[in-house]
Amino acid sequence: MFNFFNLGKLFQITSRSTKYVFILFIIVLTIGLSEALFLSPEDYKQSHSVRIMYVHVPAAWMALGIFSMMTFLSVGTFIFKNKKFYLVSKSLAPSGFIFNIIALITGSIWGKPTWGTWWAWDARITSMLILALFYFMYLLSWKIIENKNTVIKISSLIIIVGAINLPIIKFSVNWWNTLHQGPSLKIMGETTIHSSMLIPLGIMTAAFALFSLLIFLMKFNTEMIRIKNKGLDRL
Amino acid sequence: MINEIISMNGYGPYVWSAFMFTIVSFVSLYLVTKLQLLKEQKKYIAKFGSLSEAKTAVLREQKINREILLKSVITKI
Repeated sequence: MFNFFNLGKLFQITSRSTKYVFILFIIVLTIGLSEALFLSPEDYKQSHSVRIMYVHVPAAWMALGIFSMMTFLSVGTFIFKNKKFYLVSKSLAPSGFIFNIIALITGSIWGKPTWGTWWAWDARITSMLILALFYFMYLLSWKIIENKNTVIKISSLIIIVGAINLPIIKFSVNWWNTLHQGPSLKIMGETTIHSSMLIPLGIMTAAFALFSLLIFLMKFNTEMIRIKNKGLDRL
Repeated sequence: MINEIISMNGYGPYVWSAFMFTIVSFVSLYLVTKLQLLKEQKKYIAKFGSLSEAKTAVLREQKINREILLKSVITKI
C-alpha cells in the first residue's frame, strides 16, 4: 500500500522541487502583497485596518489545516506503524507553529484599533493560544526525548489530544458570545465578503500554503539526511 | 501619495507592523530551516568522505545517497 512512499524516490522529488516551489512562492507572495496593501479597497467600517485580515486569516487557516493533517498522520502512525507518517508530521510542525504565532500576533495588532485592546481572554483567541501550546509541546518533545520509539508515541499522542481543540476553535464564535466576529466565508452557505477582498485573500492564502510547502520540503530533506547520517555512523 | 500609503488614515502603524512581523517570521523560519539542511548535508559529506572506497561504492548504488551527494555538490556551487 505504501510502495509509493519509497524514501529514495521521495527524496529525489522533494529535493528537486524545492527551488521551483521557492520561485512560485515569491511570485504569488509579490502579487498577494500588492493586492493586499495597495490594490484592494478599504473597509467602510474598519478603514485600512481591514488589510491585516490578509495575513491574519490565511495564517489561522494554515495553522488549523496543518494541525488537522498532523492529526491524521499521528493516528496513521499508531495504526500502520509506518515511519514515513511521523517524518511528514515532524516536517509540517515548524510552519504550523509559525502560522499560529503569526495569527495570534497579527490578531492582537488588529484588535487594538478594532476592539480597543491588544488581548482579550475570548473563546476564539484563547483556543488559538492553546493550539500554539500543543504545537510547542510537540516540537519540544522532539528536542528533549532521546528514545526514538518513545518520542514518536508521545508526540503523536500530543497531537491527538490537541485535536480535541480543533472543533472548539472552529465553533467557538457560535457556541459563546465572543469579541471575535463570526465566519464571513462559509463552505455551505452564503459568503459575506466581497470579491474585491476575497481575491486578495485567496492569493495570500495560496502564498502561505506555498511557504508551508517550501518549509516542509526543506525540513523533510533535512530529516532524511539525518537518518542517512545515523546510518553512516553504524558502518 | 506616499504619505497616504504609509499613514493609511492613521492605521498605518498597525497594518505595516502586522505585515512586517509576518515577513520577518517567514524569513527567520526559512533561514533556520536552510541552515539546518546545510549542516546535515555538510555532516553527510564529511562522513561519506571518511569511508573506504568499497563502502562508498556500495552506498552510491542507493538512489537516495546519490541524490544527497548530487544536491550537496550543487549547493556548494
